[in-house]
Amino acid sequence: MVGLVVVSHSERAAEGIVEIAAEMAGDTSIEAVGGDGSGGIGTVPDAIEAAIDAAADGDGVVVLVDLGSAVMNADVAIELSEVEAVIADAPVLEGAVNAAVAATDPSATLDSVREQAEAARDIEKL
Amino acid sequence: MSGDESDGDGPDGDGAAVVAAVEAVAERIERERDHLTELDSAIGDADHGGNMARGWAAAAEAARDLDDPDPQTVGKTVGKTLMSKVGGASGPLFGGSLVFASAELDGGIDAESAVAFAETYLEKVEDRGDARLGDQTMVDALTPAVHTFKKSIETDGLPPLEALAKAVDAADRGVAFTVPIRARKGRASYLGWRSVGHQDPGATSTLYILEELLSVAADRLDAEIPDVDATSPTLPDDAKAGAEDD
Repeated sequence: MVGLVVVSHSERAAEGIVEIAAEMAGDTSIEAVGGDGSGGIGTVPDAIEAAIDAAADGDGVVVLVDLGSAVMNADVAIELSEVEAVIADAPVLEGAVNAAVAATDPSATLDSVREQAEAARDIEKL
Repeated sequence: MSGDESDGDGPDGDGAAVVAAVEAVAERIERERDHLTELDSAIGDADHGGNMARGWAAAAEAARDLDDPDPQTVGKTVGKTLMSKVGGASGPLFGGSLVFASAELDGGIDAESAVAFAETYLEKVEDRGDARLGDQTMVDALTPAVHTFKKSIETDGLPPLEALAKAVDAADRGVAFTVPIRARKGRASYLGWRSVGHQDPGATSTLYILEELLSVAADRLDAEIPDVDATSPTLPDDAKAGAEDD
């Protein structure tokens, strides 16, 4: 299966987003990672790499990110990791929910899950 | 870092020289902490000095703890420490680029591997930051430094210390170039035209790092820092002869 990682500057935000997405995720492996490693706001490439490795379940990992340096740190983590992983250019919460649903499809691929996550950019709320 | 990766060549070797350079950079960044923060407070979030000082202090400590390391191991260790300790965009830009560029030093440091290291570092910073020359970022200091270093080594055949001295002069000019231009990347870009007239903090710390590399290199070679100028290329005799034929 395709695995998912949610990266946020806040560890609690990442965990909360995973909590919401996991409701739709079935057996999909989904990991939360965030914070600067000492209780503050930020992201750390090593921690993201570990989350990618933990989420890997054979068919690659789609990474959802929040802002700014989270994108760069996820990029570094992907380059360091042996796992095939891609960043979805999507809003982190809506993208994570979409990706969770897409990942439960038996024919899901890394590309199909990323595409569904990125489709969340077009979600209208009103 | 495990002991079996240590294949340095003792206190006079390249690995020890890189550790000394990292310590010199950490001391310099600490001395310039307030200045870097001042530059960043004008156009950013006033954290560059503190973030870099914290990261380089941790990096120097991690480098010192290595047991007779080779240059690649020092580079990777320092890069990883910077990635986790600097924070913000500077972590992946300064640290991540160093981790990947250090792979070019697996056969040790010579003129050829130093050029490859410099080129990879620049490429990683450009790609990760999606920044190009003239965006008022560290790329504006790094690009002239790397281009001048490469050309000085590969075309002019200058001794590495002289090439590095030219690269530092080129970086200095790059830092000056960030002042009269508009920021197009990073937090300063939100200021639009108000970013004009401000010196980029990341370009400035890049210059400090290069100055310390030069200083330590000269020290290890027991040589004076060459008095050179990036705008007056020294052509080897055969290249001069070739140029006259054009």
